[in-house]
Amino acid sequence: MLEKALVGTKKYWTWVFFLFAVIGVGAVAYMQQFNYGLGLTGLSRDVSWGLYIGQFTFLVGVAASAVMLVIPYYLHDFKKFGKIVILGEFLAVSAVTMCILFIFVDMGQPMRIMNVMLHPTPNSVMFWDSAVLGGYLMLNIIIGWATLHADKKGVSPAPWVKPLIYLSIPWAVSIHTVTAFLYAGLPGRHFWLSAVMAARFLASAFAGGPALLIILALIVRKFTKFDPGREPIQAIGKIVTYAMIANVFLLLLEVFTAVYSNIPGHMHPFKYLYLGLEGHGKLVPLMWTSSILAIVSLILLIFPALRKNENTLALACIALFISLWIDKGFGLVIGGFVPNPFERVMEYWPTLPETLITIGVWAIGFLVLTVLYKVAVSVREETEGVELEH
Amino acid sequence: MYNGGKILIGIIVFLLFAAFPFYNNIGKVSAKPEPKLNTPVIQQLAEKKCVEPKDFMKAEHMQMLNDWRDSAIREGKRTYINSEGKPFYISLQNTCMNCHSNKKEFCDKCHTYAAVKPYCWTCHIEPKEKRS
Amino acid sequence: MSMDRRDFLKLAGLSTVGMGAGWVLSRPGDILEASQFLQTKELLNAKQWAMVVDIRKFKTVEDYKKVIDACHKIHNVPDLGNPKDEVKWIWSDSFDHAFPGQESEYMPEEMKHKQFVLLCNHCENPPCVRVCPTKATFKRKDGITMQDLHRCIGCRYCMAACPFGARSFNYRDPRPFVKEPNAEYPTRMIGVVEKCTFCEERLAKGLMPACVEASNGALIFGDITDTNSEVRKVLADNYTIRRKSELGTRPSVYYILDIPGGDGNA
Repeated sequence: MLEKALVGTKKYWTWVFFLFAVIGVGAVAYMQQFNYGLGLTGLSRDVSWGLYIGQFTFLVGVAASAVMLVIPYYLHDFKKFGKIVILGEFLAVSAVTMCILFIFVDMGQPMRIMNVMLHPTPNSVMFWDSAVLGGYLMLNIIIGWATLHADKKGVSPAPWVKPLIYLSIPWAVSIHTVTAFLYAGLPGRHFWLSAVMAARFLASAFAGGPALLIILALIVRKFTKFDPGREPIQAIGKIVTYAMIANVFLLLLEVFTAVYSNIPGHMHPFKYLYLGLEGHGKLVPLMWTSSILAIVSLILLIFPALRKNENTLALACIALFISLWIDKGFGLVIGGFVPNPFERVMEYWPTLPETLITIGVWAIGFLVLTVLYKVAVSVREETEGVELEH
Repeated sequence: MYNGGKILIGIIVFLLFAAFPFYNNIGKVSAKPEPKLNTPVIQQLAEKKCVEPKDFMKAEHMQMLNDWRDSAIREGKRTYINSEGKPFYISLQNTCMNCHSNKKEFCDKCHTYAAVKPYCWTCHIEPKEKRS
Repeated sequence: MSMDRRDFLKLAGLSTVGMGAGWVLSRPGDILEASQFLQTKELLNAKQWAMVVDIRKFKTVEDYKKVIDACHKIHNVPDLGNPKDEVKWIWSDSFDHAFPGQESEYMPEEMKHKQFVLLCNHCENPPCVRVCPTKATFKRKDGITMQDLHRCIGCRYCMAACPFGARSFNYRDPRPFVKEPNAEYPTRMIGVVEKCTFCEERLAKGLMPACVEASNGALIFGDITDTNSEVRKVLADNYTIRRKSELGTRPSVYYILDIPGGDGNA
């Protein structure tokens, strides 16, 4: 089926080559980082994780969110998701690919990456994270490919696919839970030391991922003959709404605990992120942008009249996505490191090469997504009007 | 066969490319590497012996260095008893290179010939060598 | 014999596995069998090495400098000259930063600004070891929290896990920044995490850690599980505190405080 990605319109090829160009720039920047070391980034002794690990965390959420389509369709027989569920699975494949790449570019000794497998260490959460991520990638490739192939031939997927689909549901929850455990079990990092971390991660994932999917579905409808349909998009809109409300609620729980308890260690990261601490406040404008966008998106989502209008729904999804990207892809990681273990404020800001590498990895993700969606859409265009069998 | 001609051309191009190292080196003679053992420390040894017999060292020194590394760092065991029962202090910089202080004439000779690039020396400090 | 593509692939796969297994099985046995690894005879042995910092004996800037220099010189710790890329094994910081949350605005000014010698705590229950995905950092039998820099992948999870800021990452090649390299000790390379090792290479030769040796009695070192050790005697006779002991990592570095107004030996 991959050959379908090799035929396309001029627009398609322009987009693909644009992505290649961006990837090329990122690759050059990465070679520089590879030779010079991570000193090329804004990372320091005090803030030792930054943009890369933030993107990784955020994208694990996007990957996990495929389950929000799989559950209604396969567990509740919600037929309307039939045509769109493949978009969720392929989005997961692209997101996990980016996750793995972000871990790779963040490593000081990337050539030694196999050490994680050669010296398996079950007491390290990172070992489990790499295991569940790899498994999730395989699951989604196999499931997505098998179901799409069956659709193409007009038959129902092989019987062994169903158990894998059911397995993928708890697996999706596990990838984001384990990613939260990466942070939530560290002594002395008060900002992360929270039992609701995994719950908040899942809530933000189930809001951000499906919001991205709505945007992608609208793009697919605009540029191809495949229409994911109005009703599935509206249904996902409702999922996004509830998940976002849960996410904001959980964030406010964190704020309450930190501020009302008045424990300095717990308050300081929030102060640094939203008000600035000891005269340092590089992240303050970003964090408030995130908060305002979250409120805007909630207003647009909660009022049915606004949500039912696809234009305002798209706007809401874009606002929500950016809001969550700032909150989880940036603020969450930095807040854990500032102030540092000596109660000193050492700030972090990504450098240009670091940004280019980040954009490059996103471009690889979009390329994978484009190719997979091209295949899926081509199959859907061929089988237009045919009832799905699974 | 569809596109038979194109496929054949493709195969030929691939073979030419893959076989490049072979035909590129035909007729060229590379001298057999002969690592030198004439350092002052070795010259003064009563019995010119490494920690294990020469043939063993030739074939297994890389594995042995790995074992030494794990023993010293991970288990804190820094004495190696060789097959003759003689003890040696485990250290690349302070034991191996004490005798073989001529890295360029010893290590590099074979490594360059075999085109292997062990990255010991990004961390370990190589002995200061006089130009010979 | 005719064979379809599927069968051919199955057979090809099987024979590849077979070849691999054959290669593994046919490898020569371990010729090193006769040889053994022993602990060095002179090795100072312990169940848990520990250090007591007698802060009363640190008076002048020179007192700190000689201790820090002794360590950084023999271990080829680079001086990168900027706080972002900084690598340090042992350093000093004031009370309110060494023990955040313990300071009060009314405490003696002298104490608030007193510099404390800081280094890896070699915790009995180290979070850095717990999180390392490759066992590159691990707990040795003698209680030293050690790292195998040949194995470190540079993920920096240990730096996030350490509540004491004891770990440094090589953000760039440190070699050019080691002014007078000690030829008996390695440097490090790009992309690995390093920290104090309690001078395990000196203990193996029967020597005290370099900082202890240079401290003129201000740093006391020994086995904390040995009731007759000097550290235990000092701990029994003096009031000591540890950094962030509430986190349960059980640090092995103790601090005897200077009590202004007291006779110093109370």
